[in-house]
Amino acid sequence: MSDQRRFATALLDPDAPCPDGLIAWNHSDPARRFAVYRNNVIVSLIDALADAFPVAQQLVGEEFFRAMAGVFVRQAPPQSARLVEYGDGLPAFIAQFEPASTVPYLADVARLERLRVRAFHAADADPLTPEQIAQALADPERLPMLQVTCHPSLGVLSSRYAIVALWAAHQGLGDLASVNPALPEIALVIRVGLAVQVIALPPGGDVLIAGFAAGLPLGEAAGLAIAAHPDFDLTAHLALLLRCGALSSFSLPTEIPS
Amino acid sequence: MTTPSLFTHATPGAPNPQPRHRLPNRAGLGLKPQHFAEILATSPDLGFFEIHAENYLVAGGPFHHYLRRIRDRYPLSIHGVGLSIGADEPLDTAHLDRLAALLDRYQPQSFSEHLAWSTHNSHFFNDLLPLPYDLPTLNRVCDHLDQTQDHLQRRILLENPATYIEFAASTLDEATFITEIVRRTGCGLLLDVNNAYVSAINHHRDPHGYIAALPLAAVGEIHLAGFAEDQDAAGAPLLIDTHGAPIAAAVWDLYAFTLERLGPTPTLIERDHNIPTLAVLLAEAQCAERWLGCAQQDRAEAVA
Repeated sequence: MSDQRRFATALLDPDAPCPDGLIAWNHSDPARRFAVYRNNVIVSLIDALADAFPVAQQLVGEEFFRAMAGVFVRQAPPQSARLVEYGDGLPAFIAQFEPASTVPYLADVARLERLRVRAFHAADADPLTPEQIAQALADPERLPMLQVTCHPSLGVLSSRYAIVALWAAHQGLGDLASVNPALPEIALVIRVGLAVQVIALPPGGDVLIAGFAAGLPLGEAAGLAIAAHPDFDLTAHLALLLRCGALSSFSLPTEIPS
Repeated sequence: MTTPSLFTHATPGAPNPQPRHRLPNRAGLGLKPQHFAEILATSPDLGFFEIHAENYLVAGGPFHHYLRRIRDRYPLSIHGVGLSIGADEPLDTAHLDRLAALLDRYQPQSFSEHLAWSTHNSHFFNDLLPLPYDLPTLNRVCDHLDQTQDHLQRRILLENPATYIEFAASTLDEATFITEIVRRTGCGLLLDVNNAYVSAINHHRDPHGYIAALPLAAVGEIHLAGFAEDQDAAGAPLLIDTHGAPIAAAVWDLYAFTLERLGPTPTLIERDHNIPTLAVLLAEAQCAERWLGCAQQDRAEAVA
């Protein structure tokens, strides 16, 4: 085992002994000095998660969140120096973390917060202009063939819980006491300008957007949404997506010469 | 492809164009997202800004939006915290590629990294971990620096570490180790005066002797920061490099000592935790600028 491997192992394992070969000028116990590194690693990574999951932390309290994050950090340290990516695995970890089971929606709120971080740093793209929208709508016959590209920051999360209302209540937008967490909600996450927004989508919106993401033309994507939710309102959905800049291009398949 | 130029962002005929590969001999601040809007609104009089490279290895969004605008107004230093030059495994070439793209995008006057390791077996520890100062480590660090400078097509600055322990395996002192790295690789030195002070106290060395023993001609930038105080198992002082407090008086003194030997040198005020208002940081930067002014005057008098 290399010296760095021993050092690395002891950083993550609080029960591992201090690595061999470490010394201090005054012959004091090097374990106390090594503990500075161990503490820096664990605390800085817990801090990174606390920054990225503020509402999850509010839901369970700082002490509980940091203890839970500490278990996660030791089990799944970052794979990249780009710490903005750290935490992709936290929602799944929360879902199977027994002590958190009393807050059943915690994992989905964490998923929503992950989508927000991704949206914040996603690639830039211009939303469709009113002219492009008008042009696409001008020819109703070809509308079903339209290929729709979503904005790179767009994310959708369909939950059994009222994640949009829960999240909003923790931003001071609405009263937490009046939220019934057991109502299913679909969250649309999108960066509008420089700010990330969380918007509730009516049923079927997730199916429609999944269809766009799979490359299906508008007609087919809408067909899947209607099959899943017979009262699906395509016009209302498109209006909402266009209004919040969630779509960045329309295109028609090139004509096949006859 | 444009013709390489010594100067960038200089309007023809404009006074004092900034050299492309050198920060101005002034004080700079770490760029923090909470200060983005205020910086653009007020354009504070400051020598440069510094960013942590890894925070900007993202596709788009507000970080790039603001950095692009701030870069248009100020010289820039990019400071890597995740390359793991001291690691006993190969450098991550995908990370080097991403750094190269970031440098290409923002054309910073300076790029720096650390004499430390932070990754092992694909895990990133988010801390700057210490190295034994022996010949195998020296060879490995120099190989990694050669590879980095080749890959990035530029000279980089290497920062001296703040450390809390030493290794029985070390056969060289830190200043000798760094001097040999600079001699072999041609890299420059980012002299972190706070790190020099913290390590000197932690290992019972003379901070002035340490700085005097470094290859000072290679210094391209100075860092100043605050530390926290702790104790080791025997009750001896153990200083922790937190970047979370104002710069200590002892570090200002060591900075003045350093400038006497170096002359005016670009100086960054580092603050990564307990981040105060921009005004508080600008006041610390002004304090550094007063020392830089004295160093400039001393130099002028020495020449006269």
